[in-house]
Amino acid sequence: MPSPSRVLMQGNEAILEGALAAGMRFYAGYPITPSTEIAELAAERLPKVGGRFIQMEDEIASMAAVVGGSLAGVKAMTATSGPGFSLKQENLGYAIHGDIPCVVVNVQRMGPSTGLPTSPAQGDMQQARFGSHGDYGIIALTPSSVSEAYYLTIRAFNLSEQFRVPVILLADEVIGHMREAVALPDPSELTIVERSKPTAPKGEHKPFAPDEKGVPTLPNFGDGYRFHVTGLIHAEDGFATSNPKLVDKAVRRLTNKITDNIDEIYQAEQRDIADADIVVFSYGGTARSAQRAVRMAREKGLKVGFYRPITIWPFHDEMVRQAIAGKKAVIVPELNLGQMAREVERVAHGTTTVIPVTKVTGEILTPAEILAAIEEVR
Amino acid sequence: MAIAGKIPTRKYLRQDRLPHIWCPGCGHGIVMQALVRAIHNVGLEQDKTVIVSGIGCSSRASGYMDFDTIHTTHGRALAFATGIKMANPELNVIVMTGDGDASAIGGNHLIHAARRNIGITCICLNNNIYGMTSGQFSPTTPQCMMATTAPYGVVDPSFDLCKLVQAAGASYVARGTAMQARMLEKYITGGLKNDGFSFIEAIDQCPTYFGRKNKLGDAYAMMKRQQEVSVSASKAAAMTPAELEGKQVVGELWNSPRPEYAKAYDAVIAKAQQGATSEDAARYAQRRSEVAPPEGGGR
Repeated sequence: MPSPSRVLMQGNEAILEGALAAGMRFYAGYPITPSTEIAELAAERLPKVGGRFIQMEDEIASMAAVVGGSLAGVKAMTATSGPGFSLKQENLGYAIHGDIPCVVVNVQRMGPSTGLPTSPAQGDMQQARFGSHGDYGIIALTPSSVSEAYYLTIRAFNLSEQFRVPVILLADEVIGHMREAVALPDPSELTIVERSKPTAPKGEHKPFAPDEKGVPTLPNFGDGYRFHVTGLIHAEDGFATSNPKLVDKAVRRLTNKITDNIDEIYQAEQRDIADADIVVFSYGGTARSAQRAVRMAREKGLKVGFYRPITIWPFHDEMVRQAIAGKKAVIVPELNLGQMAREVERVAHGTTTVIPVTKVTGEILTPAEILAAIEEVR
Repeated sequence: MAIAGKIPTRKYLRQDRLPHIWCPGCGHGIVMQALVRAIHNVGLEQDKTVIVSGIGCSSRASGYMDFDTIHTTHGRALAFATGIKMANPELNVIVMTGDGDASAIGGNHLIHAARRNIGITCICLNNNIYGMTSGQFSPTTPQCMMATTAPYGVVDPSFDLCKLVQAAGASYVARGTAMQARMLEKYITGGLKNDGFSFIEAIDQCPTYFGRKNKLGDAYAMMKRQQEVSVSASKAAAMTPAELEGKQVVGELWNSPRPEYAKAYDAVIAKAQQGATSEDAARYAQRRSEVAPPEGGGR
C-alpha cells in the first residue's frame, strides 16, 4: 500500500485544494490580504478542471456572483478577510434567505476597520454569526492546522449542499499563511455531497417546501422548473407573502434548519476533560498555543483539559455545558476581546468561572501566556 | 381562454401573479410587454432564459414573468447575473433594473458589466425617480426638477446612461420610450440578438411620484411629452448641439460587436488545459518529493 502523498502547503492553498476536491467550479472574488492566495490559485487551477474564475469589481459583487453561480447549478466559493466580509453581509443574508448553498472563506486579520493588515486576529467570530440583518442560522468552521483547513473546506461544501446554507470557513491569518505537511487523500476516499434534486414534476414542485430536516429542494436555473427567488419573505412557492403565519414559519425555519440538525453539523475535539479541574476552550490558530499550554500544565501536575470547537457556529450549548460542568474554571484564550468567551459565559450561566485571555496586539497568544492564566486559577 | 391562443406572448407571463402592483398610468407594464415580445421574436427558449432584477418598482417585473427569475438585492442584479452567466454560459440572461437601481447603488456593476461585454441584456426602466420609496431624486432626475429629497429642485446634474454605458464598453446600446412601444420592442430584440453586453434604456413615466410633484399632467401627457422631445439617432446626426438642447436621442445608438466575456473565458480554459495534464503532473510529482519528515511529537 502506498502511503498517502504528503505535500508541504500553505493554509490558503489547502483551502483551495479542498474546494477543488469538493467540486467547487466557480469562484468570484476580490483581492484582500491575507486571503489573496486563494483567489490567485483559483484563477490558475479552475480553468484546468473546466471551472471558471472571475475577479469582480468589489466584494459585494463577488458575493452576488457566487449566489448567482450556485443557482445556476455550480458549486461556488469566495474568499475574503474582515473588511471584505463586512461588505459581503447583505448578499450573504440573501443566500441564507434563499437557501442557496455556497462557501465563504474569511481569513481573519486584525480589525476594526482597515485595522492592522495583515496581522493575525479572531475578531470576526460574532460577525460570522450575526453580521447580516434579521434572524437566521449559519454554519461556521474553524481550522487549526493546514491539514484541517483542507478537510474542513470539503466539509464546508458538503454541509452547504446538504443543508442549503452558506458555510463560513472562519480561518485566521495564522492558518492561512502557515505551511505544514498535508497528507492528501486519494479522491476516491473522500465523501462528496451534492444538493438534492426535485422529484415532483415541473409545475407541481414547490422550491421552498422543506423536507423533514427543514431543508427545501431548489432546482437549478435552466432545469426547466421556471421558479422564482426573492429576498422578500416568501412562501413555499417562492413568491412574496406578508401572511403572518407564513412569515413566521419562513423566518423560524432559517434558524431551525441549523439548530434542529446541530448534532449532524457539530464537531469538537475534547482531551483530558474527565478528570480536569480547569478546561481551556480554544479554537482556530490560537488552539495550537492553547494545546501546548495544556500539555505544559499537565507536565506540571495540573489537571487541565482541552476543548476545541471545530464547528464554531452553531454553538453547541449542551456539549459545552457538559464539558465545563463542575469545573473550577474555563479559560478562553482568543485573539479578540472575548467574543467566544461571551458564549461560554452564557452557557456557564454563573456556575463555572469563565476567564477570558485576550490579545489584540496583532501578535499570537503564546503557550506561556495561556499557561500563566492556568496557573493563576486557585 | 380563446384569446390566449391568439396572443403568443401570453405564455411568458405568470397569469396567476397578475394583476401587477404598478400604479395606474405606470409605464413599466408597457416595457415588460415589449420585452416578452422581443423574447418571442428572437425565439429564446423559455426554460433556458433567466430574468434577473434588483430592487424598486421596475424590479418587480421578474415575479410576473414565467422563466427562472430572481429578484435580487438593491443595485446588484448585474452582479448576480454575471455569476449566473459565468457559471452556465448556455443560459440567456436578461436584467431588468430601474434608474436608481442601475446607476446609483448599482453604478459600479453597470460599468463593469459593460466593460467585460458579458452576454447579458440589461433593460433599464428609467422613470427618473425612486418610485418604490415614493419620490426621491435619482441620478437621472433632470436638474431643477422637484423630488421629496429635493424640495428646492435637484442640484445634481443627471447621467446620460447610454453615453455612460457605451463609454464603459457595451457592444449594443439603444434608447426607446414607453410611448413608442413597438420601437422599444425592436431595440430590445436587437439587444437580445447581440452576443455581448446590451443596454436598452427604456424611458417611461411615473405619474404618481414624478409627474404629480412636477405638474407634468397625467400618464398620457407625460408619454406625449416623451414623444415630443425624442429625436431619432439618424435625425440627430444632422442637428447642431443648439438644436438638440432639451431633446433626447432615441434609436440604436451603438452596435459594435466584440468578443463576449464568457466565450473569451472559454479560450482561457482551452489555454489552461493545453498541456496542463503533463505540467500539473510534473509539478505535483516534484512537490510530493518535497516530503516533510513524518510528524513527531508536537506541532
